Amino acid sequence: MSLDKDRLDELFDAHRFHDAIEIDSTEPIDRLLEELRMMVRIRKAEEKIGDMVAEGRVKCPCHLAIGQEAIPVGISRYLRSSDRVFGTHRSHGHFLALGAPVETLFAEVLGKATGCSKGMGGSMHLFDQGRGFVGSVPIVSATISLSVGAALAATFDRPTRDNLDLGLCYFGDGATEEGAFHESLNFAANFKLPVLFVCENNLFSSHLHIRERQPADRTSRFAEANKIAVRLVEGNDLVAVARASEQLIGSIRRGEGPAYLEVITYRWRGHVGPREDIDVGLQRKDDLSLWKKRDPVDRLVRGLARVGALSDRAFQMILTEVQREIDEAWMRADQAPYPESSSLLEMVYQEVD
Amino acid sequence: MPSYADGLREGFNYLMENYREVFVIGQGLWSPWYVGSSMTDLDKKFGKARVIDTPVCEAATTGVAIGASLCGYRPIVVHPRMDFMILATDQIVNQAAKWNHMLGGQMSPRVTIRGIVNRGGEQGAQHSQALHSWYAHIPGLRVVMPATPVDARNLLIASTLCDDPVLFIDDRWCYEWEAPFGPIDLTPLSKIEPQVLIEGQDITLVGASYSTKLCYDAAQTVGKMGISAEVIDLRVVNPLKLDRVLKSVSKTGRLLVVDGSWENCGLAGEVIAQICQRMPLEELKCNPQRMTLPSAPAPTSKYLEQQYYPKEKDVVDRVKEMVAGGRKQ
Repeated sequence: MSLDKDRLDELFDAHRFHDAIEIDSTEPIDRLLEELRMMVRIRKAEEKIGDMVAEGRVKCPCHLAIGQEAIPVGISRYLRSSDRVFGTHRSHGHFLALGAPVETLFAEVLGKATGCSKGMGGSMHLFDQGRGFVGSVPIVSATISLSVGAALAATFDRPTRDNLDLGLCYFGDGATEEGAFHESLNFAANFKLPVLFVCENNLFSSHLHIRERQPADRTSRFAEANKIAVRLVEGNDLVAVARASEQLIGSIRRGEGPAYLEVITYRWRGHVGPREDIDVGLQRKDDLSLWKKRDPVDRLVRGLARVGALSDRAFQMILTEVQREIDEAWMRADQAPYPESSSLLEMVYQEVD
Repeated sequence: MPSYADGLREGFNYLMENYREVFVIGQGLWSPWYVGSSMTDLDKKFGKARVIDTPVCEAATTGVAIGASLCGYRPIVVHPRMDFMILATDQIVNQAAKWNHMLGGQMSPRVTIRGIVNRGGEQGAQHSQALHSWYAHIPGLRVVMPATPVDARNLLIASTLCDDPVLFIDDRWCYEWEAPFGPIDLTPLSKIEPQVLIEGQDITLVGASYSTKLCYDAAQTVGKMGISAEVIDLRVVNPLKLDRVLKSVSKTGRLLVVDGSWENCGLAGEVIAQICQRMPLEELKCNPQRMTLPSAPAPTSKYLEQQYYPKEKDVVDRVKEMVAGGRKQ
């Protein structure tokens, strides 16, 4: 299996990958255009949330993934609603990429009853069972073992282990420093479970660069130690992410065991909240302007333009349409009611005492 | 006559025979001397795919079970020693207990986490703990502590069939208790209340798990001395439902709570506090009392161990003192 090792240093180099992404004739253009629209939707939704946090209209901690949009969109291309996806504190994009309505995300960050978690969870606790999004939590490695359990359940559902549903967990490079991550890799490999581990390595855990936290900057080394299939790809290239996902998800569905997708990316905003310049050192400030040239949206737009599939006017139209959708969704979410007081106690248990 | 351990084993057998969605997962399950005779031959009868022995990973195993419970299954996780279960506390407290509430009541982990108290025999500080009070503090986590053989079976079944996450705690000191079984009772866990094991007039003794057995034995001993003790087994310690205890103390005017764990912020104190809040204090004939472990880790030396754990005689002595009018203040 390709480890893309020849490009390893390049992946972490902020000066690289500024060009338009490669789009060859095997990629259906209509699908790419829809995926571009989705990436724009995720970005505009997060920008809206960031603005509302800055204005003081949203209070709950919002961790934005602006700059990382290609990852969930590329992966979700190969997911189905019976798969079981788990997220983190930074999961707006994971959630929306599955087709979840923007309005339910906005209502949730506002704590409204029409939110995806009925206003009980906020930005860090998203849920959309019908689309396969089982939940997200901010205890960073916690959902990794949950996704392994969802994968175990998938093997019970299909003992023949063909065309398996899969468990999928998104996590960041920080989570790979917690013990539950390592326990989960071992467990999944030992029982050959259908789970895709997706490490969004954006080089930072909160304010601390991975080189100040780990002796190496590639987290997939832990998967290799557990004999798990690995792909390491440039995370701001939609096509690269999608192709690696297709390969790994295909092998997982065939019952070949877990796989680990490490995507190298960069978040443009601080760990939490809308600001770019918070909780980050000088190194990041310098790097950010370079990483913005590795913009997954802009590189896809330029790639599509190069093959004659997207005019500037057509892209402007996408931006306008998505912005209208975002603004209308916000308005509806803002007008929605808060949860009933009774939900405070009634939702503690499912069974009524 | 069947024992408590037989009750547990019967519960597992009933669940696995009747519910395809039930599976069991934990350390030592293919070599179940770990758990006394409570799971003997389950792996042979139901297969290693449904009785899963795991690597040494308490957190991941518990998380795996919770994850499977979110996808239509009803796993029972076995932690052969509660001390090791502490490693899974993130999964129990942060994930299982909160999942339903924080996601808007849309999905609840239908997982049962079995934590076994295994102490005595000079096992020392990290092989002896009873940590139910910690977990009973957490909204969203039902905490079950069966005392009697029939409850070992019935409450394991009720816990597993409950739609909420349940911590099921059994104490190996209970395993030898023998009593006749009735037919399986499928009362939902949410409807399970404390039960009166012995009716009495002079004093109310409250316990859970093994401390119920201490109360039960002590009540029989003091009965021969002319003291009529009422024994109440709590059975479920979260959510704690004390109507039956209140009714009893209103009758007897005396309350002694025996708890197999520590005093500070503990179960015994909670029972006493709630009863004191809910009844006129002038109806009490003496101050409510609690008997707990000393505030020290479990010792290893058997000489110290003898002093550490409350015994039937300690309960008997305390009852006599309270009924005779002592310990007023």
